[in-house]
Amino acid sequence: MTTLTKESGAPTSADAGAFLSVRDLRVQFKTEDGIVKAVDGLSFDLERGRTLGIVGESGSGKSVTNLTVLGLHNPQFATIDGEIVLDGQELITARERELEKLRGNKMAMIFQDPLTALSPYYTVGRQLSEPFMKHKGASKKEAKDRAIEMLTKVGIPQPKVRFDDYPHQFSGGMRQRAMIAMALMCDPDLLIADEPTTALDVTVQAQILDLLKDLQQEFGSAIIFITHDLGVISKMADDLLVMYAGRAVERGAMKEVLGAPRHPYTWGLLSSMPRLNSDIHQALTPIPGSPPSLLNPPSGCPFHPRCAFRSEVPGTLCTDTRPPLGAGRAAACHLTAEQKQTIFIDKIQPRLR
Amino acid sequence: MSDNLTLPAQQGSADASSPSPETLLTVEGLTKHFPIYGGFPIRRKVGAVQAVDGVDLSVGVGESVGLVGESGCGKSTTGRLITRLLEPTAGRITYAGQDITHATRRQLAPVRSEIQMIFQDPYSSLNPRQTVGTIIKSPMEVNGIEPAGGREKKVRELLELVGLNPEHYNRFPHEFSGGQRQRIGVARALALNPKLIIADEPVSALDVSIQAQVVNLLQKVQDELGIAFVFIAHDLAIVRHFSQRIAVMYLGKVVEVGDRDSIYNRPRHPYTHALLSAVPEVEIDAEEDSRERIRLSGDVPSPIHPPSGCRFRTRCWKAQDKCATEEPPLVQISGNRGGHLTACHFPEDPTTEDRGEDIVLDPALAALEDDAAK
Repeated sequence: MTTLTKESGAPTSADAGAFLSVRDLRVQFKTEDGIVKAVDGLSFDLERGRTLGIVGESGSGKSVTNLTVLGLHNPQFATIDGEIVLDGQELITARERELEKLRGNKMAMIFQDPLTALSPYYTVGRQLSEPFMKHKGASKKEAKDRAIEMLTKVGIPQPKVRFDDYPHQFSGGMRQRAMIAMALMCDPDLLIADEPTTALDVTVQAQILDLLKDLQQEFGSAIIFITHDLGVISKMADDLLVMYAGRAVERGAMKEVLGAPRHPYTWGLLSSMPRLNSDIHQALTPIPGSPPSLLNPPSGCPFHPRCAFRSEVPGTLCTDTRPPLGAGRAAACHLTAEQKQTIFIDKIQPRLR
Repeated sequence: MSDNLTLPAQQGSADASSPSPETLLTVEGLTKHFPIYGGFPIRRKVGAVQAVDGVDLSVGVGESVGLVGESGCGKSTTGRLITRLLEPTAGRITYAGQDITHATRRQLAPVRSEIQMIFQDPYSSLNPRQTVGTIIKSPMEVNGIEPAGGREKKVRELLELVGLNPEHYNRFPHEFSGGQRQRIGVARALALNPKLIIADEPVSALDVSIQAQVVNLLQKVQDELGIAFVFIAHDLAIVRHFSQRIAVMYLGKVVEVGDRDSIYNRPRHPYTHALLSAVPEVEIDAEEDSRERIRLSGDVPSPIHPPSGCRFRTRCWKAQDKCATEEPPLVQISGNRGGHLTACHFPEDPTTEDRGEDIVLDPALAALEDDAAK
């Protein structure tokens, strides 16, 4: 635990209203090539019953953030700084025993690949019952009843028979449903879904997304939904956080971020994906270059080597100074508010139609 | 390669509504059954995975045909059958008038150089022990082709064409990012001046911002060199962007085929409707979404024991007794444009607009939505 360099031990939630509050989170991994700054100063809040979408490309730090919230990093290899407060409880300095009481109970996770996340050695029913028995002190019988209730809820046919099946006997979509049932067993307040539909086919994805949304209304959990697909996020999220190179570059309500984005990276993401109703004669506008290495991130704004609007900013501001991300609806970019608005209306919006 | 680049684009407008007059590749009744062996002590054939079961397809010169469907529908197997990486169980593949269904290695040699493939995973499809130069050069060596100015010059031209630095000739694949590797794969496919490229999910493994780079590159290659494409992908928006004609596959069969406008705006097969409705589109306002909402139940059935009759009937909301007994033929339904074929007994209306009532077949979803409505 020596690597945990948090100074103040007392939980000091910056925002008392938020259910989950992450402040200036930094996660670093030591590797042979140097230190990887996987998450570099990330802050966000999440309220009960709301869904926060986190979008970003691979390596932008979205999964690392959420594994940190669950306390799943080995402190031997990861250096974690900052503050994560869940319902008044500080998680970074929390002991493993306390985290154990929270995981699967107050906070639960849905992983991307259900085949590797479920144990092949135990039946689906046993894997579902275990957290319920551990956290709620329920008997085997009660846990089985609850598990069958949940399997029914997520739409597994013949739940009583399927309770005794092993994960390999389930199809891909059914496994993901079983994962959702497992995550919801103890009625968690916080549900983290890490690319839950990326491995699924579109028709199954549509079923699972609608199911998650309907279940959220019933259970009232807060959801952190991680994906790289802007289409999926527009179906799920209330608020949106766009991540790039371990940092949040844009934040705001989903409708505002996707409807009137303010960061050149968000513009790039939106104009590089074709839509079902877009003009076929219009070529896609990709973001040039590739995502930066986190071993040696670019100076200043991490997006500046790929940014098409760097020349609009005077001097060497982009290469020297890291733009701050303000509170509330904000974008971490040196362009002025008027510039962002004119560029979006004149150059970006025509591409999106 | 540079002189080839000045060739006029063979495909005039990108929106050709009918197949090109000149057909490059014809596939009829193409079938591939993978045998399943089992039993003890003597292993026998106990069944077959009917991966592809009677697919008809044609690709015109310089045309891009999209092949869409969910995983396990046989789209990749179809691609591999066309390139003859797999031996067809039945059916007929005709390339430029020549029957290549069961052609021998020697007969195939001249054709092989004209049909090339781009693979999905840029990490496993490039030999990590060879330099980029060797990788792109080897198709020319195998076929004994000596371009003017030497192979190395040609490789450098190809690298430049796909947007890589020609000085990277002696680098190894691990020195490149995913998008750059896929460009190397494209350069290798172009090395023999092919007439047809089978692109099997060429952008699925790439990040969103990189996908557009590779799609634009492929489009440039297609426009400038007049190469025909069979573009296999599960992303319907990208297929629409890239292909003039699209075939929708389900469980080893083509259920609907037609030009871009017919498939995306006037689909008739219920599966095409469901597939289009399931695509998550960026819609800022839920009310703005005027598309119909169809939620199927369950997953695709196993291709080992596919349903009788129409294979989609187990997940279809219009299925009747006829669907179980009679297999619908792939025909032009009245009201469809020429070349738009649908295999369905009870086709849907040719629109993707909201029909006022959602179709929710998933029992759990339907139950939750009933509760919410009450």
